[in-house]
Amino acid sequence: MSGNLRTLSQKVWDNHVVHEEQGAPTLLYIDLHLVHEVTSPQAFSGLRERGLKVRRPDLTVATTDHSIPTTDRSLPILDPIAAKQVAQLEANCKEFGIPCYGMHSNNQGIVHVIGPELGFTQPGMTVVCGDSHTATHGAFGALAFGIGTSEVENVLATQCLLQRPSKTFNVRVEGSLKAGVSAKDIILALIAEIGIGGGTGTVMEYTGSAIRALDMEARMTVCNMSIEGGARAGLIAPDDTTFSYLHGRPFAPKGAAWDEAVARWSQLPTDNGATFDREVYIDADKLEPMITYGTNPGMGIPITGVLPDPSSIGNTMERESVEKALHYMGLEAGKPILGRPVNVVFIGSCTNSRISDLRSAAAVLKGRKVNPNTRVMVVPGSQEVKRQAIAEGLPDIFRAAGCDWREPGCSMCIAMNGDQLQPGEYSVSTSNRNFEGRQGKGGRTFLASPMTAAASAVTGVVTDVRTLL
Amino acid sequence: MKPFLALESRLAPIPANNIDTDQIIPARFLKTTSKEGLDKQLFFDWRYEADGSEKADFILNTPRGKGVEILLAGDNFGCGSSREHAPWALTQFGFRAVISTSFADIFKGNALKNSLLPIVVPEDVHAKLFALPEDAVVKVDLLTQTLHLPDGTAVEFPVDPFSKACLLNGVDELGWILKQDAAISAYEAARFSTLDTLSVSV
Ligand code: SF4
Repeated sequence: MSGNLRTLSQKVWDNHVVHEEQGAPTLLYIDLHLVHEVTSPQAFSGLRERGLKVRRPDLTVATTDHSIPTTDRSLPILDPIAAKQVAQLEANCKEFGIPCYGMHSNNQGIVHVIGPELGFTQPGMTVVCGDSHTATHGAFGALAFGIGTSEVENVLATQCLLQRPSKTFNVRVEGSLKAGVSAKDIILALIAEIGIGGGTGTVMEYTGSAIRALDMEARMTVCNMSIEGGARAGLIAPDDTTFSYLHGRPFAPKGAAWDEAVARWSQLPTDNGATFDREVYIDADKLEPMITYGTNPGMGIPITGVLPDPSSIGNTMERESVEKALHYMGLEAGKPILGRPVNVVFIGSCTNSRISDLRSAAAVLKGRKVNPNTRVMVVPGSQEVKRQAIAEGLPDIFRAAGCDWREPGCSMCIAMNGDQLQPGEYSVSTSNRNFEGRQGKGGRTFLASPMTAAASAVTGVVTDVRTLL
Repeated sequence: MKPFLALESRLAPIPANNIDTDQIIPARFLKTTSKEGLDKQLFFDWRYEADGSEKADFILNTPRGKGVEILLAGDNFGCGSSREHAPWALTQFGFRAVISTSFADIFKGNALKNSLLPIVVPEDVHAKLFALPEDAVVKVDLLTQTLHLPDGTAVEFPVDPFSKACLLNGVDELGWILKQDAAISAYEAARFSTLDTLSVSV
């Protein structure tokens, strides 16, 4: 830091310091705590054991997304363990006075989709959730951390989080994206470049003309996968794009409070001349559609590229990782990835299930048919996304093409709810993780953008969407 | 939280980088509402065949993987999901420390909150540990933050003082934060009014 010039994340941090003392991490106040069914039950049990209340139920919001089926919501949950977990969340929220957008709520959805959509997520906030993709909310200039269940309990009880300052990491993306290239390709390219541990110990700030040109949903896609580069959080400075997205949302400030908020938010961007601990540069003009071939999100290549050759990797464990990944994926070194058969296409997840994602997939699928050998699931991120999609006629386009249009939730991103790959099956998926078994035991995941997913659905093989534009 | 006492153990090596929390405990086991019974699900898909039988060559199924308290793994251990089920499963299996060249941030924080010590060592030491014979025993001294190798060498490892105090005394963060109640109330009183805009109804 030069003088008292500060970055965006440092400003948000400074505004939330509750207590500092020698030898202890900083105690930070949390403005918004998002809760879901998977990482919270043990935290609520902990509160009960200690006889504690939730300090700020008014700053806490819950929803069900991970374990619930994406089939007809009027039917009961068939899996008794999932049913119990979902019922437990609703009971916990009732007991502790937390608003819960449960399974039958009109505003149910993936936690990282509904927070922004309802206007809970605002610039300059600190946001936490027992979920590693909480960085999504950083798209608004909020400092948003994924936390574990012990920390969920801490925040429920005290509205505070113990944190150590992170290093600042400027991810500068300049230029303009070519047709067929999207926000997902920016973030996949970044992670391929720095590796999945490349951002460990840092908070990323995405800057540059290509980031400024993105709409809010695309910015969320970028910030969402900050954790896939190992970062604690990832944010983007708020600007007019941010303000116009938020204006009029149910929980955004109104009237005079809105004007005050905008004035305050406008102070947040990184000061001119403030320095970062680290910087990486991406040329947006040169980006191609990206796709992962391996078993972590850093194993990505341009879609026209070839699979890496492990024998060219010097470091033993690194070489073995790539060998193991290619073996798990059933792929051969040195071969192109284009043309690989695809059994399933999944369009959804907190990375790419918002209305603009569905629009971009629908634009490719409109008037076309899904390949008969490929099963396609389209899972909107929330009830609100679903309503908007219906208003625009998108489900008709998807169904006419032969896709399965489903109810909102995490679905096959994490495969907890029965939506899953069979062993050995290949998917092109718009989600964020391709770890072994992530989409079902033995399943093999290629991560890509909604456009690439839709194009591959049409042909039944990994396809460069630019050939269909 | 249990205090972290003396630790002397053989090593269970898994020579892979980027072992993610989906491998440590697959997501389908996260539907539980308790912390118990996760030891059987640790590394489930690496540990068991589709028919439920043990994969004979996986380290935890070999004699070397029995009664062992230290896991030795590759770079960036614990990346991916924030699930605290990962350290719960590891500790219930019996692990009390993991040694690697680096850890993912969220996993490291979660581990420290569950008396599971993440030990970061330099690459040369890491390689040396992987080369040790099966029955070699190493000793962890948290107080002095040193790892003692069988050849008599001692390697220092970093632990932040706050986590170290919590581990040694077996106290968790929440007790400490609750003691800051006055500071939290003062902060709330001084904060501008944006918080009110978030009073919600479902
Ligand atoms: S969509 Fe996937 S990554 Fe996002 S919150 Fe759900 S399970 Fe996690």
